[in-house]
Amino acid sequence: MFSVLAVILVLPLVSLVSFLLKNEIKKSAVACLGTSLAAGSGLILLFVPFFQQPHDNVLIPTNIPLVSFAFGVDALSRFFLVVIFGLSFLVGIYGFGYIKEHKKFVNSSPFFSLLVAAMAGVVISKDGLSFLIIWELMSIVSFFLVTAEHENKEVQNAGWIYLIATHLATAFLMMAFVMLSKSSGSLMFGEFVLQNNRTPFLNGLLFIFAVIGFGTKAGIFPFHVWLPHAHPAAPSYISALMSGVMIKTGIYGILRMLTFLGSPPLWWGETLVVIGVVSAVMGVLYALMQHDLKRLLAYHSVENIGIIVTGIGIGLIGVSLKNNMMAVLGFSGAILHVLNHAIFKGLLFLCAGNVMYIAHTLTIDILGGMIKKTPFTAMLFLIAAMSICGLPPFNGFISEWLVYTGLFNGILNSLGHTVLISIAGVLGIALAGGLAVACFTKVFGVVFLGESRSGLLQGSREPPGLLLSPMIILAVLCLFIGIFPWPFLNMVFGAMQIMAPGAGLVDSDHVMSPLVNVSTIFVVLIVLAGLMISIRSLVFKKKQIQTTVTWDCGYAHPTPRMQYTAASFAEPIGSFFQTILRPHVHRDKTTNVFFPEGAVFDEHVPDYAEYNFFEPLFKRIGSIIIFIQSKKKSTVQSYLTLIFITLIILFVAEVWFGI
Amino acid sequence: MEYNFLCNIFILIVMPPFFVGVINRVKSIIAGRTGPPILQLYHDIFKLIKKNAVYSRSTSCIFRIVPLTSLLIVLCAGMLLPIASPSPISFQGDVILFVYLFALARFLTITAALDTASSFEGMGASREATYGALSEITIFIVLMTLVIIVKSLSLNKMLTHGQNVFVADPSVILLFLAFFFIMLTENSRMPIDDPHTHLELTMIHEVMILDYSGPDLGIILYGASIKLFVFMAFTAMIIFPCSEGPVWAGTGILFLKVLAVSIMTGLVESFTARIKLIRIPQMLIASFVLTLFALLITLFDQRML
Repeated sequence: MFSVLAVILVLPLVSLVSFLLKNEIKKSAVACLGTSLAAGSGLILLFVPFFQQPHDNVLIPTNIPLVSFAFGVDALSRFFLVVIFGLSFLVGIYGFGYIKEHKKFVNSSPFFSLLVAAMAGVVISKDGLSFLIIWELMSIVSFFLVTAEHENKEVQNAGWIYLIATHLATAFLMMAFVMLSKSSGSLMFGEFVLQNNRTPFLNGLLFIFAVIGFGTKAGIFPFHVWLPHAHPAAPSYISALMSGVMIKTGIYGILRMLTFLGSPPLWWGETLVVIGVVSAVMGVLYALMQHDLKRLLAYHSVENIGIIVTGIGIGLIGVSLKNNMMAVLGFSGAILHVLNHAIFKGLLFLCAGNVMYIAHTLTIDILGGMIKKTPFTAMLFLIAAMSICGLPPFNGFISEWLVYTGLFNGILNSLGHTVLISIAGVLGIALAGGLAVACFTKVFGVVFLGESRSGLLQGSREPPGLLLSPMIILAVLCLFIGIFPWPFLNMVFGAMQIMAPGAGLVDSDHVMSPLVNVSTIFVVLIVLAGLMISIRSLVFKKKQIQTTVTWDCGYAHPTPRMQYTAASFAEPIGSFFQTILRPHVHRDKTTNVFFPEGAVFDEHVPDYAEYNFFEPLFKRIGSIIIFIQSKKKSTVQSYLTLIFITLIILFVAEVWFGI
Repeated sequence: MEYNFLCNIFILIVMPPFFVGVINRVKSIIAGRTGPPILQLYHDIFKLIKKNAVYSRSTSCIFRIVPLTSLLIVLCAGMLLPIASPSPISFQGDVILFVYLFALARFLTITAALDTASSFEGMGASREATYGALSEITIFIVLMTLVIIVKSLSLNKMLTHGQNVFVADPSVILLFLAFFFIMLTENSRMPIDDPHTHLELTMIHEVMILDYSGPDLGIILYGASIKLFVFMAFTAMIIFPCSEGPVWAGTGILFLKVLAVSIMTGLVESFTARIKLIRIPQMLIASFVLTLFALLITLFDQRML
């Protein structure tokens, strides 16, 4: 425990040193490589048995009554620490190479180490106060990283949306923690768990606050609105870290909060499954309609968080129904997907960074043919894309398989509306999976395959090894977890037992045994594929191979512009889901029917949650505030009146509901 | 057990092109033609494999390795099924692997089509992605219904559930009809797609493989026949589960079952016209609703609602 805390405390020092340095290279080297080094040593410490004393919490008392800071590492924290340190280690190396090429990101680099420190701090906090303080620190530090290109108008806008979203979320968390500490008389997490004499109403309220507060950070639909703005604005290595790990602190928060709330009623799990399914489907639908690579990936985070939340939901249903099998499958699927998503989404955002490096744009429809110039980046993207679609033999399949089997168990072992919810869960994840295949074939096909649609790739080359090597490690992990998930599953089961204490080791063995078959099949499949491809190349050596132009209906001179674009590829799905997506179409109607000239067609899909939920909501709130402002004379007395009214409302809430 | 499994693999590797011949023969008889020999596809495949190949300059290695890999993937999916005898590699939860293996094959085929930089193949790829995603959820409903009926997550249990007789259960009959339609969709048969059309603008599967030639085309034709066989076997097994008797009896029964489904397919293809492309989503929704009814009937039947 002390060793982990020491590692986390080193990170702010790294950041400080980096702040003080003037030389650009040295500044970014200290920030990125220093963080990488610290994260790597933290990762090693977590696995060295000598440093693994599970229950030694560190307590830092203060003079203020009720306030003391507690830190500790249990199996759940340990799992998230592994994810945070692991990805930060690799992203740090990439970040150094990336900043070397893009000098404009140098000044924000010291915040990188602070962000890693804050994320690690969040998962080891064992009391409400330090949790909230570090949580806020994480939000603010990531705000500075998002606004690295602060001269850009869009980036400023993204930064604002992020800042507002994250603070509104924290407001809910503050309320939740105040309510928890009031009912248990302490701010310690341990006391929250032990003093579990809250009313079901209060527990339900806490659950809802946690889902809104942590769900905003995680990117649950419809609270995801900041994600598609913030991820494209941030530099790629930061997007990888934010999408890979930082949004998972929201998942950690939901899981941690559930441990406080005792035995869950059925509706919690069912709510989470519904939320998860909606997030998964909406996330992937919006992703399909995007024209910017990083925005598309950001929407896929919404989808994957949806899968994770569905897993948590089915696990909770299992806990409420006392069905250990369901609980084990749901929670371990969700927790493993946290790790898997960190790996493949990190890899995808780093690939996006490579695309930026190679072509200096992320607009999907003007790219193309990159596999011929940069085969490594293309192959890495392909592996990550297949993993994120949950396709065998990669890691995404294993966690989705766990969630699916959990849902199927839910269908078999429950009655009434729970069956229907489980069926909806299966259908939602299946639809999201099918659409994800469509989305990633689109991206991979349009960006990396075919011919280049513009002259962007002139003279471009593969990024340096510093950028590629961390990505290769991530890609290997994708395949490794897919065919050999046991070491990771053991870690997952440790964390899972905190969520479902009733589930013994017997149940996890039950989960393991089918996975043996899965990995045997995968190994055989890979070996056979390798064998067949080598036989093929031997056979083809004897044959005469000719090359020619692509068959285009006898058209002799096809140009790259005649290729299918991403927009046209997604069109059938877009028009099928028209009523949900409501695309804005702009068409130039002046074209002559008989002698067509140049025409304009423009389509984009505005985010329903952003424009039809939050915008009217904020407008309403804004108009109320303006109304209040116009009624009072902006004097001290009127402000005091407002404070007084607020106090009365809080007092009534306290007396009436006992909150 | 090993012997039975080898027998399954043997059937899976050898038999499929025969049933494509059966479908074509049925179609030609109804059209009043003599038609190609039943074993024509074997001949075609061997001939194509012996040929040289021509590739487009736009393609990359993806285009070259996809036919073989997707053939292997489809074979692997077929091995999970209890074809002539229960499959030894079947396990709890293999239904998900079964569907996802086909998704993997679809992913690879679409990617290879986009690799050619042709707008026609892009169209095919886009349609395949859309209809694939929509028919996948229908497959999942079929599987959920079967899971509820047999109370197990393994394909072996699902398709060998003891009864050797015609299951006159309304939900099972609905499932059979719906899955028959999915089989036509997934394998790009009429009325969704015409395997013999020559108009690139309206095709789905055939247009995606326009640029393949020689051995690769042979492998693709072979893989498509295996996929058709796996789907036809699955369709037949919904209504006539796999028997648990000796393997030769299983093989014989399987042969008759798949023959019946191929004749049905041939008849359907002879008497229906290809529907308009924009109507295909409506057909898919129709089959989705059909399976949903089957699921609800089963739920009420099992007193789960």
